[in-house]
Amino acid sequence: MTLRLPRRGLAQALALIVILMVDRVVSPQFFNLHLQDGRLFGSVIDVLNRGTPVALLSLGMVLVIATGGIDLSVGAVMAIAGATAASLADAHSLPVVLLAALGVGLLCGLWNGILVAVLRIQPIVATLILMVAGRGIAQLITEGRIVTFTSPDLVWLGNGAVLGLPTPVAIAIGMLLLTAAVVRGSALGLLIEATGGNARASELSGVGTRTMILAVYVWCGICAALAGVIAAADIMGADANNAGLWLELDAILAVVIGGTSLFGGRFSLVLAVAGALIIQAMNTGILLSGYPPELNLLVKAVVVLAVLLVQSPRLSDLSGIMARWRSKKP
Amino acid sequence: MTFKALLAASATAALMLAHSASAAQLTIGFSQIGSESGWRAAETSVSKQEAAKRSVNFKIADAQQKQENQIKAIRSFIAQGVDAIFLAPVVASGWDAVLKEAKEAKIPVVLLDRDIDPSGKDLYLTAVTSDSVHEGEVAGDWLAKTVGDKACNIVELQGTVGASVATNRKKGFDTAVAKHPNLKVVRSQTGDFTRAKGKEVMESFIKAENGGKSICAVYAHNDDMMVGAIQAMKEAGLKPGKDILTVSIDAVPDIFKAIAAGEANATVELTPNMAGPALDAVIAYKEKGTTPPKWIQTESKLYTAADDPQKVYDSKKGLGY
Repeated sequence: MTLRLPRRGLAQALALIVILMVDRVVSPQFFNLHLQDGRLFGSVIDVLNRGTPVALLSLGMVLVIATGGIDLSVGAVMAIAGATAASLADAHSLPVVLLAALGVGLLCGLWNGILVAVLRIQPIVATLILMVAGRGIAQLITEGRIVTFTSPDLVWLGNGAVLGLPTPVAIAIGMLLLTAAVVRGSALGLLIEATGGNARASELSGVGTRTMILAVYVWCGICAALAGVIAAADIMGADANNAGLWLELDAILAVVIGGTSLFGGRFSLVLAVAGALIIQAMNTGILLSGYPPELNLLVKAVVVLAVLLVQSPRLSDLSGIMARWRSKKP
Repeated sequence: MTFKALLAASATAALMLAHSASAAQLTIGFSQIGSESGWRAAETSVSKQEAAKRSVNFKIADAQQKQENQIKAIRSFIAQGVDAIFLAPVVASGWDAVLKEAKEAKIPVVLLDRDIDPSGKDLYLTAVTSDSVHEGEVAGDWLAKTVGDKACNIVELQGTVGASVATNRKKGFDTAVAKHPNLKVVRSQTGDFTRAKGKEVMESFIKAENGGKSICAVYAHNDDMMVGAIQAMKEAGLKPGKDILTVSIDAVPDIFKAIAAGEANATVELTPNMAGPALDAVIAYKEKGTTPPKWIQTESKLYTAADDPQKVYDSKKGLGY
């Protein structure tokens, strides 16, 4: 198992390296770094920093997908959590603001979890409800305006630095380590994979599949809330209309690029985060390139297709057949 | 159909008689799109103020972004026999039938903020809209005047790709800047009209343009993207408003805070006061019978630090932006 891991990540590592190299070509100063106000400054840091929200979302999403589910509501949960944090920021201390925002995320996750695990509604439908309603809830909190705040503590979450790294990046690394420690340091990861692999068989062999499913949606909600707080802290305001808009799709894409099957049954946290970085490295590259914005989505689609093709088992079979066919020819 | 029209006409006639008896207070129905943005909320509150100023009885129907709700609202205004109908159309097409009903009931319709398909031109009295090409020109002209003969590299934050406002604001700015060979748009990317994307795009512009040292000015298609870009410049150790000039469009309250702090230079107003000129046109039409032009263009006023930004901020803050 441990021996197979490096091979599993090969496609993602290659894709990330190739994209970073392309970024270096379109923008020669891509790898330049310097300190600016005690914080590292450069395009690579931008990739990490801007990739944080999707990386955090993918940490929750990958576990949900591992159980065979999906969570479409994460973008809306980001908006709700951001709105909550922004409206409390100037009147309360950071711990209160964070607890409230993450608490809201937990409740959203619990709602999704109950719909899926207890009421047995199909995940895509169950989470669609909050995806649609959630943005409305966020707009109710902000009354349709962009709620701005000046609380330096909350602003630090978005724009501060920890050991030179932007705070969001440090938070994302912390969350990755925490999630990995919890699910891979115990049998939890295996139980989640078992639930996704064959829920009935797992149930019969004593796995609490209902609890597993409930737990992954709750964790997904908390991760989304954290991403929402960071997104709000970044622009010193909560924009309920736009915060996290369509990011659920980027998060799912990150998980898929990370080699996790949408059918569930296996997952990799590190590769999901790598998927998020691949997406962001591509986005940043497009912005640096100076191509007209009409090409943005096209370039993105082509790159994603290429990354997924490289991973396709059929394609490697096909190239093997081609090689054999060629060697047979005199 | 004819019977219906007759009924509607007689109802209107009866109401008009009732009205002429009770002095000349006008009743106007306003079918508003909804409240999808801060600007829209401000437009609604300014409309109420302007109507109150002219002591017009003003009824607002919020359509929640749905054309069928707007059509329902217009039908109910016709049934109530209002003196005029204001319509901020959510989409450009599909208005012919209901506007014909209004025309048959002899109720003038005034379009606010957005136009409809050319097929309906004879179905409304006038349209009060801003000219987004002109807004871009005002921004470009200000920049050209401020920069003078110095060479100036401009970076542009575009609105959502394909949105007509974005296309027009780009076109107007490009036209104005093309007259000055020393001004050059070196980079142009979409920031989707949002603060977060405006900030992200500006971060990459700064890196791509020698740490921002070769950027002389930023032009953003709306103020929200500029607010994000200002943060990006500050985080990169640049002084927005001094090292890099800024000009954007919309005139939302937060940009005045930035102008007051010396971190932004100029904004072109997309006035939320579309109802004021519309009310004047309707009152003149009703009282003197003067037919207004088919298009009333609102003023695209330019604001800079010379216009007491703090005061403008205070006056705009309460409007719902």
